[in-house]
Amino acid sequence: MSDNIIEVENVSMRFNLYKEKVDSIKEYFIKLAKGTLHYEEFWALRDISFSLGKGDSLGLVGRNGSGKSTLLKLLAGVMKATSGSVRVGGSVAPLIELGAGFDMDLTAKENIYLNGAVLGYSKKEMDGHFNKIVEFSELEEFLDVPVKNFSSGMFARLGFSIATVGVPDVLIVDEILAVGDFKFQEKCQDRIQSMLKGGTTLLFVSHSAEQVMELCTKALWLDGGKMKMFGEVSHVCEAYANS
Amino acid sequence: MVIPYVRGFFKYRSLLIEFVERDIKTRYRRSILGLLWTLLNPLLTMTVMTVVFSTLFRSNIENFPVYILSGYTIYNFFSESTNSAMNSVIGGSSLIKKVYIPKYLFPLSKVLSTVVNLIASFIALLLVMLFTKTTVTANVLLIIFPMLYLFLFSLGIGMILSSLALFFRDIIHLYGVLLTLWMYLTPLFYPLEILPAWTKVIVQINPLTSIIEYTRLITLYGAIPPLELNLICMIPGVISCAFGLWIFYNTQDKFILHM
Repeated sequence: MSDNIIEVENVSMRFNLYKEKVDSIKEYFIKLAKGTLHYEEFWALRDISFSLGKGDSLGLVGRNGSGKSTLLKLLAGVMKATSGSVRVGGSVAPLIELGAGFDMDLTAKENIYLNGAVLGYSKKEMDGHFNKIVEFSELEEFLDVPVKNFSSGMFARLGFSIATVGVPDVLIVDEILAVGDFKFQEKCQDRIQSMLKGGTTLLFVSHSAEQVMELCTKALWLDGGKMKMFGEVSHVCEAYANS
Repeated sequence: MVIPYVRGFFKYRSLLIEFVERDIKTRYRRSILGLLWTLLNPLLTMTVMTVVFSTLFRSNIENFPVYILSGYTIYNFFSESTNSAMNSVIGGSSLIKKVYIPKYLFPLSKVLSTVVNLIASFIALLLVMLFTKTTVTANVLLIIFPMLYLFLFSLGIGMILSSLALFFRDIIHLYGVLLTLWMYLTPLFYPLEILPAWTKVIVQINPLTSIIEYTRLITLYGAIPPLELNLICMIPGVISCAFGLWIFYNTQDKFILHM
């Protein structure tokens, strides 16, 4: 075992893009019989390798469709790589699209427990975390309101508060800091900073090189699924900004 | 190889409980009678069926209310649990796309939350037994055995369906029709004896038939079912569950590509 908390080795991810989406049995067999079940291979990621130590923070930069989100999904364990290996040693808290785990019909209070369980916390742990979550999200008055009546800012606040209540070994943030009001954004950044000091490894995706420079020590530049550059944040961001 | 799965199950067992609770909470959230519906539903259906079959079609089954409710309880659990399990993975796609969670939790939680209905239906059955002055013996407690066999069988079918429905959405529509056919091939409101030989074979192969037979033995007749019947009920349950797990396990990594 090395000290690296994240090790990514020669990872490639292939998607089969069907010309037309086949999701009915009839279509499938007709196309199979006619021999027209064609698809195109699309490599979202090709041969990515890097490693991160404890307390490192990595910013992923690149244009739309360069494979940033796919890489995050592989690291979060949501998808499995076509080839290569991804090793994450420790707990992962994903902040990808806040509120994905919310049930609209349940109240905020019930959703806190539900979402906590999604992140792998037991009921007991959540009892301990509950007040901290409520306090940070500033939603004390709305605890018994079904979340379908929440605004998107309230959603984001609740989601962020739940996901960051523990001290995960790896925190994955996918461009969500743009939501909520300015004050709350600052609060989020502060919390991320304090987690970083506590030894959490951060993975951060953003189009904005500024935000990446502010939060990260390292950066990875993806272009068309390939690794264009990996290294010190200032180097990579500079090159990216000049491209 | 198994150890990480066991550890994963323990880590996420509170999520399983949350899923089950959520199902039950949201099912009756806006209704005034709430959970009481789980009891009222089978009672009302039983009443309708009893009225229909004792006036329109004369049947000479004795104690028809208990006969129909015991069969209906079993069939209804099977149809409800497999149906909701079938849609569970598709319904959970917003979560599956974002966070890692064990995917089998979706069908499993749906089947588990339907167990609440099964228990309520069984209580309704006991009430009807008391009302119709059927002798209730201690043997009714054996109901946990057919419930267990039924649970295993439904879970297996539910897992197979939840995986297949993701790849071929027409399964959802097809299964609705299949369930209707399945209902008529289950002796809910007719005795096995009236069937012609060839249909009788099909109905007897149907695993629900033996589970219903078991339930009727302990409720309607207060008997202790023989060991063979236990095996006949258990074997399809175990096979279906093993096969369901196998299919689910081998397809789950591809789920996300079809959402």
